[in-house]
Amino acid sequence: MSKANPTDRFYSKDHEWVKDNGDGTAIVGITDYAQEMLTDIVFVELPQTGKKVAQGEPVAVVESVKSVSDVYAPVGGEVIGVNSKLENDPSLINQDAFGEGWIVKMRLSNSAELKSLLNVADYEKLIKEEKH
Amino acid sequence: MKLIFEISKPGRSAANVTASDVPAISIEEAIDKKYLRSDLDLPEVAEIDLVRHYTNLSRRNFGVDLGFYPLGSCTMKYNPKVNENIAATPGFIGLHPYAPDEFAQGNLQLIYEMQKYLSDIFGMAEFTLQPAAGAHGELTGMMMIKKCFEVKGEKRHLVLIPDAAHGTNPASGALCGFDTVTLRSNSDGGVDIEHLKSLMTEDVAALMLTNPNTLGLFERNIEQVAQIIHGKGGLLYGDGANANAFLGKTRPGDLGFDVIQLNLHKTFSTPHGGGGPGSGPVGVSAKLVDYLPVPRIIKNGQDYNWSDNFPHSIGRVRAFYGNFNVVVKAYAYIRSLGSEGLTRVSEMAVLNANYIKEKLKPYFDLPYDRVCMHECVFSGKRQVAEAGVHTTDIAKRLIDFGYHPPTIYFPLIVPEAIMIEPTETESKETLDTFCEAMIAIAREAKENPQRVKDAPLSTPVSRLDEVLAARKPDVVWKKTG
Repeated sequence: MSKANPTDRFYSKDHEWVKDNGDGTAIVGITDYAQEMLTDIVFVELPQTGKKVAQGEPVAVVESVKSVSDVYAPVGGEVIGVNSKLENDPSLINQDAFGEGWIVKMRLSNSAELKSLLNVADYEKLIKEEKH
Repeated sequence: MKLIFEISKPGRSAANVTASDVPAISIEEAIDKKYLRSDLDLPEVAEIDLVRHYTNLSRRNFGVDLGFYPLGSCTMKYNPKVNENIAATPGFIGLHPYAPDEFAQGNLQLIYEMQKYLSDIFGMAEFTLQPAAGAHGELTGMMMIKKCFEVKGEKRHLVLIPDAAHGTNPASGALCGFDTVTLRSNSDGGVDIEHLKSLMTEDVAALMLTNPNTLGLFERNIEQVAQIIHGKGGLLYGDGANANAFLGKTRPGDLGFDVIQLNLHKTFSTPHGGGGPGSGPVGVSAKLVDYLPVPRIIKNGQDYNWSDNFPHSIGRVRAFYGNFNVVVKAYAYIRSLGSEGLTRVSEMAVLNANYIKEKLKPYFDLPYDRVCMHECVFSGKRQVAEAGVHTTDIAKRLIDFGYHPPTIYFPLIVPEAIMIEPTETESKETLDTFCEAMIAIAREAKENPQRVKDAPLSTPVSRLDEVLAARKPDVVWKKTG
């Protein structure tokens, strides 16, 4: 079954997570619930570092056996790193969505945007609603 | 089954060419050595091997001429063979594309009349038949919208696209340099009007809307949607992918659409996909007529001629004039059905989809429970919750019953989506036996879920490892030993 959603990060309604590093940067990925819905991920299209995105804009693409989905930036900013391990092994997202399966590292343009996201309790409520 | 490379024997040949009186030269004399390869291992087989190989392959194929093919959103309907017979008439297939207008009057007349028919059926000012397929038609439509605002000197860079749209819509918008913004659906499956109002500004060039949408639902507020878009000077683009649901009942032009692209294979029964080629006519309202691709056909008295003299045109989008022979098939279809027949098409398409919806409703979740148009969308959520049987398993099990599975996991806004489009060409008996198969699978999912998860059980190859195939594709045959 689903892995527990860590309490040290924020969540978007589109099932991305963002972990604030506290130094103006953050790590972004998709949640374990998202990977479960997508099923086996077969390809991840990563952005170029230096790409600037606004909150809610697509920052990467994940392709599963079922579908191709955009990953929306839960916060705006500049991409300063990508998890290039995903190029050879996209299944890292299936195995460890909250850890080894992280997708991009960003420099936040406005850390106040983090406050617009969900905390773990609200996110779990959202998943519960979606399941019904 | 062996590959043709594996049945190859060196020296074997399917052809026996008699000696020629032209003196032979060596291949090195004719072709530069750097272009010659000796490592190709082309198959060498006798005629009988060749015939059996491809006949066996074809017997493993599935098509609408073989069985029911309820692939939602794709409109896999039966294509009457009379269309093929007419399109094979020597006057249509023998004409050289460079023949001067005066030698091609009959063909030009057909194109002209087809444009008029489509304009009448869809309530548009004019049509072009040039685009090579539906997605190309979308691109052509969006290019005209872009050109229109360029000529007017308006800088609009956004296109609104509902979350239930075909994936080609955002692609067409992006290819024309527009940024796309996703418009939410409401709980009824239609456009969220408040969200639309909040997004609609003078930066928005167009809304790309499919009506009925990919949930098979008719957009009830379409006139209000058109008012909101036009109120801010935007244009309403219609994806006509689902036009077989409203033929003869309503006209996009009357609803406020400024552009509509068709897929002749969906609406007017021309061959599909690999059996194509396609054809994607585009109709426009009076606002966009100036931007239609050239050449356009004009009628002077009894004569038909091509003309390039339209200074605001987006130019050519296709060599010659599109896939003419496909247009002939659609023309034959329209002429053989007439306006009464075309109206019956949409009536039967809608009736058949609703029949399936009602029959299967007790067995599968129906996320949007209202009268549908030409297709209905179920969800396999109940089967997942009850027995861990997913939509993909249900689809694979249907293969064992002799059906092509419906579209699954689309539209994306429905989890575990099963999208069934029976089309107007199927009889009640076919629909009944299909529903019985679906009901049997629903029962089996409860009683013997493993059987459904292992399906298909009766095919030459069993369940493929799609994950491995996608992650580590191996598509090149290499000779071993």
